[in-house]
Amino acid sequence: MQLDNNLVPDNVRLIYIDDPQRTNEEYEFTGNEITTSKYTVINFLPKNLFIQFHRVAYIYFLVIAALNQLPPLAVFGRTVSLFPLLFVLTVTAIKDGYEDWRRHRSDRNENNKESLVLQSSKFQSKRWKDIRVGEVVKIRVDETIPCDMVLLATSDPSGVAYIQTMNLDGESNLKTRYARQETSLMSFEGGLTSGVIRCEQPNRNIYEFTANMELNAHKVSLSQSNIILRGCQVKNTEWVVGVVVYAGQETKAMLNSAVSPSKRSRLEQAMNKETIWLSVFLFVLCLVVAIGMCLWLMRHQMQIDTLPYYRKSYLIKGKFPGKPYKYYGIPMETFFAFLSSVIVFQIMIPISLYITMELVRLGQSYFMIEDKHMYDSSTNSRFQCRSLNINEDLGQIRYVFSDKTGTLTENKMEFRRATVFGKHYRNSSMVDGSTKDTETAEPTKPAPLPTKGRKLKSDITVDPHLMRLLHKGLDGSEKISAHEFFLTLAACNTVIPIPSQSTHQGSMGTEIHEDLEAIDYQGESPDEEALVAAACAYGYILFERTSGHIAVDVNGEKLRLDVLGLHEFDSVRKRMSVVIRFPNNDVKVLVKGADTSMLSILSEDPENDDLSLVTQRHLNEYSSEGLRTLVLAARDLKGEELEEWQSMYEDASTSLADRSSKLRQTASLVESNLRLLGATGIEDKLQEGVPETIESLRQAGIKVWVLTGDKQETAISIALSCKLLTADMHQIIVNGTSESECKMLLSEAKAKYGVKCGGFRTQSFKLKKGAESDFVEVLAESKLTNLPPEDDGNRELTMGGPLALIIDGNSLVYILERDLESELFDLATSCRVVLCCRVAPLQKAGIVDLIKSRTDDMTLAIGDGANDVSMIQMADVGVGLCGQEGRQAVMASDFAMGQFRFLKRLLLVHGHWNYQRMGYLVLYNFYRNAVFVFMLFWYILCAAFSTTSALTDWSSVFYSVIYTSVPTIVVGIMDKDLSHKTLLQYPKLYEAGHRQEGYNSYLFWIMMADTIWQSLVLFCVPRFAFKESTIDIWSMGSLWTVAVVILVNIHLAMDIQRWVLYTHISIWGSVAMTYACVVVLDSIPVFPNYGTIYELAKQPTYWFSILLIIVVALLPRFTIKAMHRIFRPSDIQIAREAEILRKRRFFYGSRVFWRSTS
Amino acid sequence: MDALPRPKLKSKKPKYSRFTQQELPAWKPILTPGWVIASFVAVAILFIPAGLLCLSASERVVEIIDRYDDECLPDSYSNKGDSFIQSKDTNKTCVRTMKVPKKMTAPVFIYYQLDNFYQNHRRYVKSRSDKQLRDPGFADETRDCKPEDNLHGDENEPIIPCGLVAWSLFNDTYILSKGNKVLDINKKDIAWKSDTEIKFGSDVYPKNFQKGELIGGGELDETKPLSEQEDLIVWMRTAALPNFRKLYGKINSDLEANETITIVIQNNYNTYEFGGEKRIVLSTMSWIGGKNDFFGIAFLTIGGICLFMAINFILLYVCKPRPLGDPSYLSWNRNPSGQ
Repeated sequence: MQLDNNLVPDNVRLIYIDDPQRTNEEYEFTGNEITTSKYTVINFLPKNLFIQFHRVAYIYFLVIAALNQLPPLAVFGRTVSLFPLLFVLTVTAIKDGYEDWRRHRSDRNENNKESLVLQSSKFQSKRWKDIRVGEVVKIRVDETIPCDMVLLATSDPSGVAYIQTMNLDGESNLKTRYARQETSLMSFEGGLTSGVIRCEQPNRNIYEFTANMELNAHKVSLSQSNIILRGCQVKNTEWVVGVVVYAGQETKAMLNSAVSPSKRSRLEQAMNKETIWLSVFLFVLCLVVAIGMCLWLMRHQMQIDTLPYYRKSYLIKGKFPGKPYKYYGIPMETFFAFLSSVIVFQIMIPISLYITMELVRLGQSYFMIEDKHMYDSSTNSRFQCRSLNINEDLGQIRYVFSDKTGTLTENKMEFRRATVFGKHYRNSSMVDGSTKDTETAEPTKPAPLPTKGRKLKSDITVDPHLMRLLHKGLDGSEKISAHEFFLTLAACNTVIPIPSQSTHQGSMGTEIHEDLEAIDYQGESPDEEALVAAACAYGYILFERTSGHIAVDVNGEKLRLDVLGLHEFDSVRKRMSVVIRFPNNDVKVLVKGADTSMLSILSEDPENDDLSLVTQRHLNEYSSEGLRTLVLAARDLKGEELEEWQSMYEDASTSLADRSSKLRQTASLVESNLRLLGATGIEDKLQEGVPETIESLRQAGIKVWVLTGDKQETAISIALSCKLLTADMHQIIVNGTSESECKMLLSEAKAKYGVKCGGFRTQSFKLKKGAESDFVEVLAESKLTNLPPEDDGNRELTMGGPLALIIDGNSLVYILERDLESELFDLATSCRVVLCCRVAPLQKAGIVDLIKSRTDDMTLAIGDGANDVSMIQMADVGVGLCGQEGRQAVMASDFAMGQFRFLKRLLLVHGHWNYQRMGYLVLYNFYRNAVFVFMLFWYILCAAFSTTSALTDWSSVFYSVIYTSVPTIVVGIMDKDLSHKTLLQYPKLYEAGHRQEGYNSYLFWIMMADTIWQSLVLFCVPRFAFKESTIDIWSMGSLWTVAVVILVNIHLAMDIQRWVLYTHISIWGSVAMTYACVVVLDSIPVFPNYGTIYELAKQPTYWFSILLIIVVALLPRFTIKAMHRIFRPSDIQIAREAEILRKRRFFYGSRVFWRSTS
Repeated sequence: MDALPRPKLKSKKPKYSRFTQQELPAWKPILTPGWVIASFVAVAILFIPAGLLCLSASERVVEIIDRYDDECLPDSYSNKGDSFIQSKDTNKTCVRTMKVPKKMTAPVFIYYQLDNFYQNHRRYVKSRSDKQLRDPGFADETRDCKPEDNLHGDENEPIIPCGLVAWSLFNDTYILSKGNKVLDINKKDIAWKSDTEIKFGSDVYPKNFQKGELIGGGELDETKPLSEQEDLIVWMRTAALPNFRKLYGKINSDLEANETITIVIQNNYNTYEFGGEKRIVLSTMSWIGGKNDFFGIAFLTIGGICLFMAINFILLYVCKPRPLGDPSYLSWNRNPSGQ
């Protein structure tokens, strides 16, 4: 389409077939060597460092380390201060290096593969990395394609090749690609090939390719169907020959291997706010030290020259008489005191928390991926975590936006209903309740297929009446219609029949036939496959397709039909048509399409009108049953019309510019005046477990909105069948065709159902935003009062049922683009269910944005097709289903899985766990670092504000890196408050995440108060116990090191809910590790602290101090926790007690609990 | 990226293990009222006797403290302690007497106590060279010792031991006598074994020490290696808090109750310039160390509080019990209208 621009010579790539020299002469096109690796041996260090320092955390580390190198500030030893930074840098560098080494290895494998390339007029083996643009490559069956190539010839004389694009888009079905007739018979060995291909510059669109080829002064158009892409495999074709157009990094596969943009979790954003508070704390602490230093110096100004413990000057007559030593005047000293206390208190800002969180998320993802309950055997896919930043968001989802087709439903189509010539036929063997439309009510049973042993892989039961009609053999418009109906089903598609030899256990009816040749249909859409399969069941067997003709076996009579032209399905026309010539030279246009687009182009004779009315009635019935409908029509094409069309078609399909719109014009020429044949109803089966999942999500306080491209009736019926809509709901249907109409409908609905005025709500929301400042808790609570359950509750009293809003795409156009957004928001948020039909992909994103921009609620979008990509990227959490419609949704998603029902487990179980763990992890890490910093701070107040740390430099540095880091990670990955059974049985527990029970400002401030208490205990117990004693600074430091490590570990241990072996190892191991490190550090004679621990451990006062510190520090916490547990238990606690007690005494008291929950 | 051909798809079904399914055997504690009460009682039972033991041990320790920095200043120098100490001509000998309140059994430890002396100041703590103290080869390792790094700024004349800590060595001396009999003060083994044996070199001798313009404190015998200079070793273990004691020596004979001890003090050390205080302490030792009521009181208090809490919890639990795992307490069951 955009090829007008591409005709500018700069934007066209010229490729001379079999002449790589000339091709590459002017522009050096990229060779076929690929490098996915980032580094080489030489640039690894600088480049890796450069990339690592893009993180703020590392810059902070670096600045602190640099500050410490200044002589007046040297708080820690030089090497010690660099340790944390070096540690983190090394760990990350090793990780990056390993990943890169693996990439190098796979690149090397890939680059050294060999293919046959035409070299000096013969196909010779050549390594992939040496293949150049313009060369001619031959690929044999089952080989992988090394670069993007234009097909020249295949083993099939008609030029068809089958390829599997599994690696590119995940679709496992075979696709057809064609070599142009002009080249398909050429012989390449002999060097006679010459030609020029003009194509667009490399781009990442794998579904489009525009080019033309000049061959012997003859212009031939090339399109998507003529190109085979790197990474695909050749199947069912002995060999193919093609000319390389894009190689290496410029291939579409390589251009598409970009990662999806990263998201930030909600918890992390909240955490960042608390981090600011921590920086305020840090600033205040440093300021206190600086001011203290200033006052102290002013008081002792006269003495500090000679003060034995200060001695600011040299008092030697020799070289430096009276020169001050490390003294820069009171203002500077104050400033330096400030900076050096920043260095000492640096871990107040828990920079390492970011690294810890990454590791924990990695571990959590491991368990999500390994969860056998989220493995889908039908697609052989595990759960995938594509984004590692938002695990905990899964525990706070409030809105789920779901696609319908392929998400709620399987997207495996089955042919269920047909209306032919105004008569209704059913194809299912289901017990049918309403048989009024069928001619007789006799029970349908599977009729044997009257075919010569061709059978389908899927078995369809046929309607005997329709079968009989087809075999009547008498003429009449009904019979003709039926014939053409099935011919259309068989011919008007792009499905490829693949004969397969596999013996397949079919149904009894088909097994009788002697000559068993199964046909496997591979199509681009499951609808088409279902239709062709249906035609096959009725004896219209499509068994061969080449680029020029198709062959259909009509009840044993083989019919070869020339395909003169094919107008593919597009979203504007919403129909496809094929022009075929019968063996008797009749030319017919066969069309199928969506009802809205078809009914308007039918011919206007009265007979057709009646038919059309009946058919429409049937269509409405079908869609109310949840079936997808298609209308079929046909017409004859004769004489002038045919010629006109042919010349236009020729012209359009070879044009380089604007091809698709020209083709559309051509199509409209023949897609008119059609004779209605009938319509089909295809069932899209619900996925397993969908109603249960939706019910659970609803109980969990999650609102499920369905956004679908389907028709309103279909959408409603699917919503009913998956229990999204229930009979007691009031349905508000908004189908406006103009802005004013939409506005009216919305305000009417609001008035009728008493939805609160929008102004109030938004205003109050803004107010809340303003007042939010730091107490999220308040916000959460006040929001809670606006929550849907309450709204529903109230309304149930007044109106007698919850509300459901059904709105269509047309109305959304008016609403989303105008000022009605807030009206819609008010209405939609007070409905229990919202169903949007006929929405375009961008509208899906618009609706997600409607919620995202107006509330703080978390949104999740789930979908499986390319049309869901925008929605998935817009939502806070995007989930992709590995479905039938390719992999774009998965590529754009944060999490990917096989089935919709896994969503329940993902949110209720893993989401809950991840959120609880991560919330606790963040709080604990804040506490762990702050308690250490405060302890140092109190001591500094006793050391004349001189930023002395009693702890050895190494212990200070090891504290957050080695002594206490492992348990938080293990607990963050492995702790579980409730078992998955409880969480699944009891979805309401999910609301803990909505109430932000795991992490909120209230908890933060409680935690900070506790931190200050604990740090005071840590400081004061030894301070008074060793008052006026002989204790030296290193003994005191050693005592504090051990005490604080034991304290924080026991604090953690008190909150662990599930002790597994690893938890024990990490907690007690950390304490042991600390002791080991202290012993080692005290055994190095050049350290001033040499031998401390050996002397210290002999004194009972040392052990008493530790015991006293632990007990006194944790006493308030323990008491408050106990009070809370006993008198104001949270839901999680009660469920936990019930769960554990139920296990202990299996029956007693538990039945009551579970009965009340179900 | 990973475009390798995969001829046959392996099943990606996760392999079952209790680890991957997070079903490892686990202990899941719940904080039942029983547990709460039990832990309070346990702490009380542990702490109250421990507190009594500590108190009784501390009670048995006999301690005599005498502040002498002000008393040993002649009236003529009452506000000029600084110049009194710095003057070479003043008589710094001072005699103090004290009465033994209770029988003190040997060994009796003699400490000096300094107040308001910030041995934990960062400038001070860092002003030392542990390499130099240990190994004669590192004699010129005086980087951290400024301004007491070398004599007259001459790099070839390093001070051993260098730095402010050594420079400010405490140098008051005490002679104790009971009646007319001088008590023998044992100054051996007053420092830690690890310090005398390994940290301070037996082949490192003092050099250029206290030869500078400003004398900070005591001098050292240049013929004795550092490992034998136990006063220095004790001093170099810098104190953690600004009020501290350091061991001066031990008396290996009992002191009877009501005996009068005479102490002859050489009042050399200058605490007057920064308003510090000096005390001499005679104390016996129990298993808990010196006189220390803190642990006894702390243990008793905490034990008492825990007992009180335990009783409270029992009462509260009797008055207002909540059955564990009772669904009627769930948030959505407490308020049937759906809160």
